[in-house]
Amino acid sequence: MSDKLLKVRNLKIGATVYPPGEKPKEIEIVHGVDFELEGGKVLGLIGESGAGKSTIGLATMAYGRGGVELTGGEVWVNGRDILKSRMRDVRRLRGGEVTYVSQSAAASFNPAKKIMEQVTEAAILQKKFSKKEAEARAVELFRKLGLPDPENIGSRYPHQVSGGQLQRCMTALALCPEPDLVVFDEPTTALDVTTQIDVLAAIKEAIHATGVAALYITHDLAVVAQVSDHIMVLKMGEMVEYGTTDQIINNPREEYTQALVSVRSIRHEEKQPTDNPLLRVENVTARYRGTDFDVLKNVNVELHPGQTLAVVGESGSGKSTLARVITGLLPPSKGQITFDGRSLSQDLKSRSYEDLRELQMIYQMADTAMNPRQTVGTIIGRPLEFYFGLKGKEKQRRIQELLDEIELGTGFQDRYPAELSGGQKQRVCIARALAAKPKLIICDEVTSALDPLVADGILKLLLNLQKIEDVAYLFITHDLATVKAIADSIAVMYQGQVVRYGTKSEVLSPPFDDYTDLLLSSVPEMKLGWLEETLEHRRMESAGH
Amino acid sequence: MHPIIKLIAQRLALGLMLLFAASILIFGGTMMLPGDVAQQILGQSATPESLANLRAELGLNDPPITRYFNWLGGFLTGDLGTALSNGRDIGESVSFRLGNTLFLAFWAAAISVPLAIFLGLLAVRYKDRWPDKLISAVTLTTISIPEFMIGYILIYWISIQLGWFSSVSIIYDTMTLGEKLNAIAIPVMVLTLVVLAHMMRMTRAAILNVMQSAYIETAELKGMGMLKIIRKHAFPNAIAPIVNVVMLNLAYLVVGVVVIEVVFAYPGMGQYLVDHVSKRDVPVVQACGLIFAAVYIGLNLVADIVSILANPRLRHPK
Repeated sequence: MSDKLLKVRNLKIGATVYPPGEKPKEIEIVHGVDFELEGGKVLGLIGESGAGKSTIGLATMAYGRGGVELTGGEVWVNGRDILKSRMRDVRRLRGGEVTYVSQSAAASFNPAKKIMEQVTEAAILQKKFSKKEAEARAVELFRKLGLPDPENIGSRYPHQVSGGQLQRCMTALALCPEPDLVVFDEPTTALDVTTQIDVLAAIKEAIHATGVAALYITHDLAVVAQVSDHIMVLKMGEMVEYGTTDQIINNPREEYTQALVSVRSIRHEEKQPTDNPLLRVENVTARYRGTDFDVLKNVNVELHPGQTLAVVGESGSGKSTLARVITGLLPPSKGQITFDGRSLSQDLKSRSYEDLRELQMIYQMADTAMNPRQTVGTIIGRPLEFYFGLKGKEKQRRIQELLDEIELGTGFQDRYPAELSGGQKQRVCIARALAAKPKLIICDEVTSALDPLVADGILKLLLNLQKIEDVAYLFITHDLATVKAIADSIAVMYQGQVVRYGTKSEVLSPPFDDYTDLLLSSVPEMKLGWLEETLEHRRMESAGH
Repeated sequence: MHPIIKLIAQRLALGLMLLFAASILIFGGTMMLPGDVAQQILGQSATPESLANLRAELGLNDPPITRYFNWLGGFLTGDLGTALSNGRDIGESVSFRLGNTLFLAFWAAAISVPLAIFLGLLAVRYKDRWPDKLISAVTLTTISIPEFMIGYILIYWISIQLGWFSSVSIIYDTMTLGEKLNAIAIPVMVLTLVVLAHMMRMTRAAILNVMQSAYIETAELKGMGMLKIIRKHAFPNAIAPIVNVVMLNLAYLVVGVVVIEVVFAYPGMGQYLVDHVSKRDVPVVQACGLIFAAVYIGLNLVADIVSILANPRLRHPK
């Protein structure tokens, strides 16, 4: 058993769940998984939320998060079964032989301690290195990971560096004790796409340079294809398929894997602009109260009836602020907004009933956008009463109609949000927006919190509804694949400005401006070697300049 | 300027304003009592002429605002006035009494604060297991029993049965430190038992709250032991709420120990205040009131400033 670094046999993991109004009960979330990993190799674990990826990853450190318990099977690391080891030995394994990189470095760093102290802590604690050696090693890792000012960045506090930098620091933290295995748990998911590519390259480079083995956990097949040697596809706590990266990407055997590979294959014919735009945003400049810089700078966009304008950009680019200005939540300091031929009041309070009705919104977090104590029927029925004065049978009939439109059957009326899945919740939010019979729906990152397959379903639904109801969407997203799937026209935002604007085909065809080029080329593609090609291409370009 | 200096300056200014407002309340409140100082001094022997003379002598005919500022001005220059009941200088009596109160409070705090924090850490380490439950049960029991009761119980057991410490805690200047400590041993124990539960439970709650954070998981996955995680990673992030409740309890140790002082005949501020309230000695009551207000506001100010300093985002801006 000692030739393999990691050997997992029939691993079973249970958890205690607390269903509302019922007794707590034990459920099994991983039903007997087998895999092994040689030293220096990278295994990608892929699946949707609830597949048990993170749980399995943490099990290699004999750790169960929250109420999770490792109930059965064996996990052999360096020739010993860690599930049967004593706590003292497990503690020597954690941080010494196996280390962990979490999704959110911002939360995983202690805000009260300097970065260097946290990066070197495990190495010193596990007596791998002296303090001096560990610090020298950390600086070396900071340099390898492409962090600015590697000599001094360790003396800063976590809040003093950016999210992408902190994620690299987290990688340094995991590599510092010279472990045999690193568990990367969605290390780039929370990052902007242009940051992701750099962090991904840094992680890959560091894995190769140190010869460490890794478990790379993600829901994004295109990302994992860049770093792993093998891929294991998981679904609902069971293995679906295991193979080399090449085989999984280019020749998936199982239906579920094929679905994952072909996700985001929606094609949508773009519609041409009309003479009478539904929404016209002119020269809008806005800033938040108490700040001294403009979040939006002179923004001009148009949206035509029954079409989709995608506003795309990274976090902090001002795209959500644009939505707030259009809805009247944030009055602009300059500029004006015309909607359906009439000028919209800047302030929400002075807008008419009709303005409010015709302009609806759907949010990223369907969870928090619904009252958890109201049934689906009440949630959808509210705008029907509010805007149309519907009551009794008439209201019930309309609610049912809307539920049919969002492809949820009967019986959903009496359910509470907590009894719905993520995708179903977002569908209810869509129905609530539709209930007002709006002309424009602002969709703010509505698919960002959803698994790819579920997100696909939502996008298809939105496109379908657009055909039926002739509603226009202002679609705010950071995800270019989504944009390609559904947009008619696109506005690319960067630091509060629209840097590129036009129909989809115009915006997505060269010649590109620098930022759009960077953005487009940073989106991971589902093919092997994409990362190297892109980086090589960028090197050539910058050398050519 | 460093933003933290600005924040602290704001707090200090706010504290001074609060103290000023408290002084108005104290002065106004004692003004509203029926009768005046002249009547109280003369008592039964008051005649209209003697009353008028004394009022003029004490400046009681001046408008209240003038008298308020005279009083406040005196306070700021160290002149606390004269006690009516015995004609002594209030400043002298108070400095002796306040010294004694602070002496008792200091030793009670020196024992109870570290003990409370240690027990809080221990309760977190063994959360929901028997040490946690035992600590909670004992501290909750001691906080639930009236303090004079605990005082008498301890006097009975320790002083009378075991004969270890004195049951009367009178101290005077000529005593050595050892003698003084021997005298206050039992009241210190009582006070410790009284304030322990509050601080211990707040420490426990604050640290448990921090223990939910992702960085605690990071520390666990570094293979660190629980006690070390609590001490090194959780405690520094729980300082602000802990300091707040510690300061409230310190304030209680200074201004709230009247009952204990009476039980043990300890010559502190509380007893001094109670004596003079019963004698309707208004200047003494006013002086004590303002000193207590200053202690309360001062300690809470310290808690605020520590909270600000404990926040790395404020200490080290981007």
